[in-house]
Amino acid sequence: MGDTNGESIVTIQSDELVKIAYLAKLEIDTDNTDRLTNDLDQILNFVDQMKSVDTTQVEPLSNPLEMTQRLRKDEVTETNQREAFQKIAPATAAGLYLVPKVIE
Amino acid sequence: MLPESVSELLKGLESKSFSSEEITRAYLDKIKQQNDSLNCFITVTEEQALEAAKASDQRRANGTSGPLDGIPVAHKDLFCTTGTTTTCASRMLENFIPPYESTVTRKFAEAGAISLGKTNMDEFAMGSSNENSYYGPVKNPWNLEYVPGGSSGGSASAVAAGLCAAATGTDTGGSIRQPAAFCGITGLKPTYGRVSRLGMIAFASSLDQGGPMARTAEDTAILLNVMAGHDPKDSTSSTHPVEDYTASLNQDLSGTRIGLPKEYFSGNLNADTGKSLEAAIKVYESLGATVEEISLPHTELSVPAYYVIAPAEASANLSRFDGVRYGHRCDSPKDLEDLYRRSRAEGFGAEVQRRILVGTYALSAGYFDAYYRQAQKIRRLIKEDFVRAFDHIDAILCPTTPGAAFKIGSKSDDPVQMYLEDIFTVPTSLAGLPAIALPCGELDGLPVGMQLIGNYFNESKLLNLAHRFQSETDWHQRRPQI
Repeated sequence: MGDTNGESIVTIQSDELVKIAYLAKLEIDTDNTDRLTNDLDQILNFVDQMKSVDTTQVEPLSNPLEMTQRLRKDEVTETNQREAFQKIAPATAAGLYLVPKVIE
Repeated sequence: MLPESVSELLKGLESKSFSSEEITRAYLDKIKQQNDSLNCFITVTEEQALEAAKASDQRRANGTSGPLDGIPVAHKDLFCTTGTTTTCASRMLENFIPPYESTVTRKFAEAGAISLGKTNMDEFAMGSSNENSYYGPVKNPWNLEYVPGGSSGGSASAVAAGLCAAATGTDTGGSIRQPAAFCGITGLKPTYGRVSRLGMIAFASSLDQGGPMARTAEDTAILLNVMAGHDPKDSTSSTHPVEDYTASLNQDLSGTRIGLPKEYFSGNLNADTGKSLEAAIKVYESLGATVEEISLPHTELSVPAYYVIAPAEASANLSRFDGVRYGHRCDSPKDLEDLYRRSRAEGFGAEVQRRILVGTYALSAGYFDAYYRQAQKIRRLIKEDFVRAFDHIDAILCPTTPGAAFKIGSKSDDPVQMYLEDIFTVPTSLAGLPAIALPCGELDGLPVGMQLIGNYFNESKLLNLAHRFQSETDWHQRRPQI
């Protein structure tokens, strides 16, 4: 896995923005590309201050209380509420969620 | 004239000076008069509130009332409420009626509280000014040209303006404390895991924490008693025992050791805010507390680390909004990819999209170590700073924000400038510690707040310190002229 060490200023190119937007499943307005890359550059250069600390000996912290995942008994506690859940869906039929055709 | 605080309202209800129906009507009238200008509420549930108030009066007559019975409150519009839209102030969830109830709102209902409705906020809780709402900005009741803070701006503004007795908020990087400071009320972010996150629409799961927003520390304690506790349905909820948070409010402060972090009293702090804090420190000294300088050396790195961790977690959490199962769906999608991408682009506002993009970038192959992992390592350094400090002190006193509320529009064009507003609140969030914000001064007609940070699960010490301060001063009793 590579990293961005060695680059002092982060600049997102528009093709990179297109790739991130694809990963994030967001349609990007082409009129807005400059504004967005500019915003992202600003934010990424700001967070780049993090590189000023040597953290080679530091363990990452993901849960502030360092809790571990609790396990529960593998038993049914909820009933099926398909109708209630599908009532709020944009499009359903016969108990299924409708999306545009995926396979030709 | 009705009393303003939850504690006095409870006494009045108990002594039959007024009924819940009467006070509920009074709040609903006030909402009708002032919500057009303040924009605190997204949804007002008048009918349900009046019905619930009548039921509450019945319970009180029967002698079966709960700890908040008959008290009109408001809930931030990201707590799922069955039967009432829960929008997160987003177009994405404009018509979303949750199929289940959040633990927090359920506990309020079980305690007898009356919900007046759902309050405005920054979209998906992302913001420090409440300008990022699909439903328009919330105004600060102290001056309508100023922001109320964010993201729980609607709750803060509503409590300050007296449109509800108290409210719920959520805090990911300061979203309870900063609006509490800007609106001159008391707001507590509990220890991470103290309050259940079930049904609280997720922004950044390792940081999000619900908490009370009220007029006084005593009210905040009464509300926390209802909200706190283990929830088997939230795997990050703590099993640490819950105290009666009202029990130690009046405890003597002799010998309490208060730390003043030198990094919080330097460059970023507005000089007048500094003076208000100095006066607050004197109050504590007069109450028998001792004060000493401490150092939290990694403070400055907290905002950069936060603005990697929070967007990274947000980009994962918000992937659930796909235009298929619930939420906004674009018109006539040409294929599945188009359905996802246009539904999300239309449903999310600018700041939410910005954070999803930053988070996606930080988590993507080749950048994960440099951004997300590095941010998590800094998170540990920040936590260790606090752990060292709490070795020899009981609480930390510092500013909540660099200055008082700012004008609507003055920072909305510069995301980084806006992020720096959070410098004094995000370190605590990253460490998962409890912190309370309360008013301690005024500057050009706007409230100025202080923040008290406590050790893990020591909310009662914070409430004790805040309550004793409020017993000696009247900043919390000052009201905006609206």
